[in-house]
Amino acid sequence: MDDNVKKINDDMRNKEYNEYVKEVTPTHNTLMNCIHAFIAGGIICVIGQIFTDVYMNFGVDKETAGLYTTLSLIAVSVILTGLNVYPSIVKWAGAGALVPITGFANSVAAPAIEFKKEGWIFGVGCKIFTIAGPVILYGILSSFVLGLIYFTFGLI
Amino acid sequence: MSQYVGMQSIVYDKPPYITEVASVVGKKEGDGPIGHLFDKISDDDKFGKDNWDEAESEMQRQTLEVLLNKAAMTPAQIRYIYAGDLLGQLIATSYGVMDYNIPLFGLYGACSTFGEAMALGSMAVAAGYANHIVAMASSHFCSAEKQFRFPLEYGNQRPLSATWTVTGCGAAVISAEPSIIEKRDIAKRKVHIKGITTGKIVDYGVKDSMNMGAAMAPAACNVISQNFKDLSIDESYYDLIITGDLGEVGKEIVIDLVKKEGYDISRVYSDCGIRIYDEVIQDTHSGGSGCGCSAVTFCAQIYKKIMDGKLNRVLFVPTGALLSPISFNEGRSVPGIAHGIIIEAEN
Repeated sequence: MDDNVKKINDDMRNKEYNEYVKEVTPTHNTLMNCIHAFIAGGIICVIGQIFTDVYMNFGVDKETAGLYTTLSLIAVSVILTGLNVYPSIVKWAGAGALVPITGFANSVAAPAIEFKKEGWIFGVGCKIFTIAGPVILYGILSSFVLGLIYFTFGLI
Repeated sequence: MSQYVGMQSIVYDKPPYITEVASVVGKKEGDGPIGHLFDKISDDDKFGKDNWDEAESEMQRQTLEVLLNKAAMTPAQIRYIYAGDLLGQLIATSYGVMDYNIPLFGLYGACSTFGEAMALGSMAVAAGYANHIVAMASSHFCSAEKQFRFPLEYGNQRPLSATWTVTGCGAAVISAEPSIIEKRDIAKRKVHIKGITTGKIVDYGVKDSMNMGAAMAPAACNVISQNFKDLSIDESYYDLIITGDLGEVGKEIVIDLVKKEGYDISRVYSDCGIRIYDEVIQDTHSGGSGCGCSAVTFCAQIYKKIMDGKLNRVLFVPTGALLSPISFNEGRSVPGIAHGIIIEAEN
């Protein structure tokens, strides 16, 4: 019985404390973050568009140019990651630089650099997808589910 | 006469002395507000080594070298070394102290390790088990980020409550006699460890590992107020009460919590994590953290201030957040601990 009372008291205390902590802890300004993300995400899209236009100027068809653009953005992001520039971009841009494919490339390249010291198999091999892994797994899972839905509707 | 007092404290009959200190830090710490006080600043965060873990070991090795040089001692004169770091299985310490052939007690108290080392070391000396021991603790920003957070090149936004792990190693010689070299007695004040207050694990259910100041503040509050009760004193006894790495967020909380216990420490309270960096210029957010934070701030600044006569009685309270990357993923809380060391100058 005493244990129960103590547990309830502790839970009360913890709840109050966590609410108090929330009050005194400073947070980033969400509106500013959104504006930064909007600008940065927009700039990345413009860069992507420039790539596409340039490739199409060389006579590549639109679909292939889109694939080349994706590859180019990944290459740029990986190079900027290697030069340790990308973290500074994300610090300012937040989700604006994390959500596009450049952010995904960064999340794969960064562990590759960090864990290279642990060897090609147990270092790079095992840990390269520590951050990107969930995105890949659940990305495949959700496209499978969507594919099923698409297939089912196609039958009707 | 028994030397333990109250619930969690010891007051030594024959207090051991802190006879020498040394600190080695990385570039960012060297650029900070107390940068000019460190014994050695490495421009290369890898300390000439191949990876971050080896770099931290090398930093420990260099700190011991500087310490023994300053104290004019040989490794054989050190009976035990009490040391620790933040890495898994204390790997930085094992490689760091290996070459010295000194009997080792490896300690893990998260960022409170330097306090734990001083507490246990001073107990051994006070009990007559050793003439000289070394207490040492280190942390390295890069090895800690790799273990606890993300790879360095991964882009993310740190919350404002997050702290910056200090790249640094601090070490102190604790001796039974006030001075190792005779002639020093003239120039130097005698600084002793009057006693200790050992912390227990205090967990108020904070789950945010990016707000460790809030997770550790209740533990710091417990040690500070217990120290007052055990020794039948209050905040006016000390010139300075300084916690390890609560940062700006934790500082505010600990003052509030201790106030609820009936003591107003705001006049004498400070935090090593706030002193080591300039938040505005160095973009460290809430402050510094890691074992190295309290260790190098104590060795470089606080000890020097006591020596210079600017401080006489200090309650040094390194604080630790006892989380592991696994416990965090399992959604568990961040338990806190703190170790109080009462440091006084003899007049």
